[in-house]
Amino acid sequence: MLARPGLPDFEYMKAESPQDVFRLLEERGGEVKLLMGGTDLFVQMRDGNESAGILLDLKYLPGMKDISYTKKKGIKIGAAVTLNQLSAHPDVTNHFQILSQSADTVGNYQLRNRATLGGNLCNASPSADMAPAALVLEGEVSLSGPDGERVMALDQFWVGPGKTALKEYEFMTAVCFPNPPSGAVGRYLKLGRSKMGDLAIVGVAVLGYPDPEVPAGIRFRIGINSTAPTVYRVPQVEELLAKAPLSDDILRQASGEAMKVSAPIEDVRATVLYQKKMVNNLTFKGLKEVWSQLINS
Amino acid sequence: MENTFAISVTVNGTPYQRSVDPRTLLSDFLRYDLGLTGTHVGCEHGVCGACTVLLDGEPVRSCLLFAPQVDGHEILTVEGLGTLDDLHPLQEAFRETHALQCGFCTPGILTTLLPYLEENPNPTEEEIREAISGNLCRCTGYQHIIDAVKLAAENMNP
Repeated sequence: MLARPGLPDFEYMKAESPQDVFRLLEERGGEVKLLMGGTDLFVQMRDGNESAGILLDLKYLPGMKDISYTKKKGIKIGAAVTLNQLSAHPDVTNHFQILSQSADTVGNYQLRNRATLGGNLCNASPSADMAPAALVLEGEVSLSGPDGERVMALDQFWVGPGKTALKEYEFMTAVCFPNPPSGAVGRYLKLGRSKMGDLAIVGVAVLGYPDPEVPAGIRFRIGINSTAPTVYRVPQVEELLAKAPLSDDILRQASGEAMKVSAPIEDVRATVLYQKKMVNNLTFKGLKEVWSQLINS
Repeated sequence: MENTFAISVTVNGTPYQRSVDPRTLLSDFLRYDLGLTGTHVGCEHGVCGACTVLLDGEPVRSCLLFAPQVDGHEILTVEGLGTLDDLHPLQEAFRETHALQCGFCTPGILTTLLPYLEENPNPTEEEIREAISGNLCRCTGYQHIIDAVKLAAENMNP
């Protein structure tokens, strides 16, 4: 029995090969919605913001749920790996701990059993929780299209809210992260309206690692979400931090610079001023925590 | 031609073959097609946790799945836990400690906790709070639920 006839009619299909996907996209392009975990898409469909003639499930394509790690190349995570699988995987917790931290902040446990890494990144939400860590880890996405696979750095992938560099007939198959520099420590700090289960008002990922080449002795990478059309890094702030011996004052100055770069809009969750101040606070807190961990290790 | 999708699914140990409209939510399939009304539907946005069921042993929101997606899989609903005459130790603990008032959220909390307690036999209070953070309860204030989980943990792992 159909309890909710309000939802427009659609077909559900499981793609078995990439060719299935390309063919359907070519034949019925506008009607097809690519499905990963569905934790956002289904809600949008229910609310009438999205519709589909065909829901094409990509999760069963070969390799989409695989995780592989090598010391030389780093980690390759299939786009359909769920956030809970990601968070608990030993290769992730051992070498890419900031990904686990980030995954654990998304929604709730039940939701994370469906929500996927690929879905979180392809959704291109400015508040995507996986994105700041994925940026500071300098990830690359593998995109599959009718002309073959191509690889793209994540900082080129998001082009606006909900918009990616994916071409018409392409889909994401995996995300690769090189091994972080030796001794790296990472922290993702997320501010939501409640401690768990909410979207980020501001999220800041900080990755720090020893680098004797720079005056600071430590290099930082900083990724920030929810406060611009896309998730972004702040290279000018990262440079400023590398240039002088570290102190609380320098960290404060750097956090202030990050606040200046941030460009939030007022939304249902917070005002512009609040978000900017929280960029300042969370950046400082993240830097301080990572710095302390590095000097104590 | 009517647009239907044939599914085979095992629910609480019983195999079912059904032909469904693809837009049937799993929660509606369980309630209306199979008559298993223990699974409750609250927010329908993946927030409240009332509709939680186990999909191949893992807790998921049945309001965020369409029925065709569970083709070939196993589902456990609250009806699969215990019976009125023979309650599951987790249900027993909820009764014992008054961990429910209206009871609307209870099936989702039970199904969330079942695999959790198997993996975490001795959770701390903080861990229990985190484990049920994806389930909203508007009656109890959660304290008695936490008491129930502690009691269940003791009884399930003597």
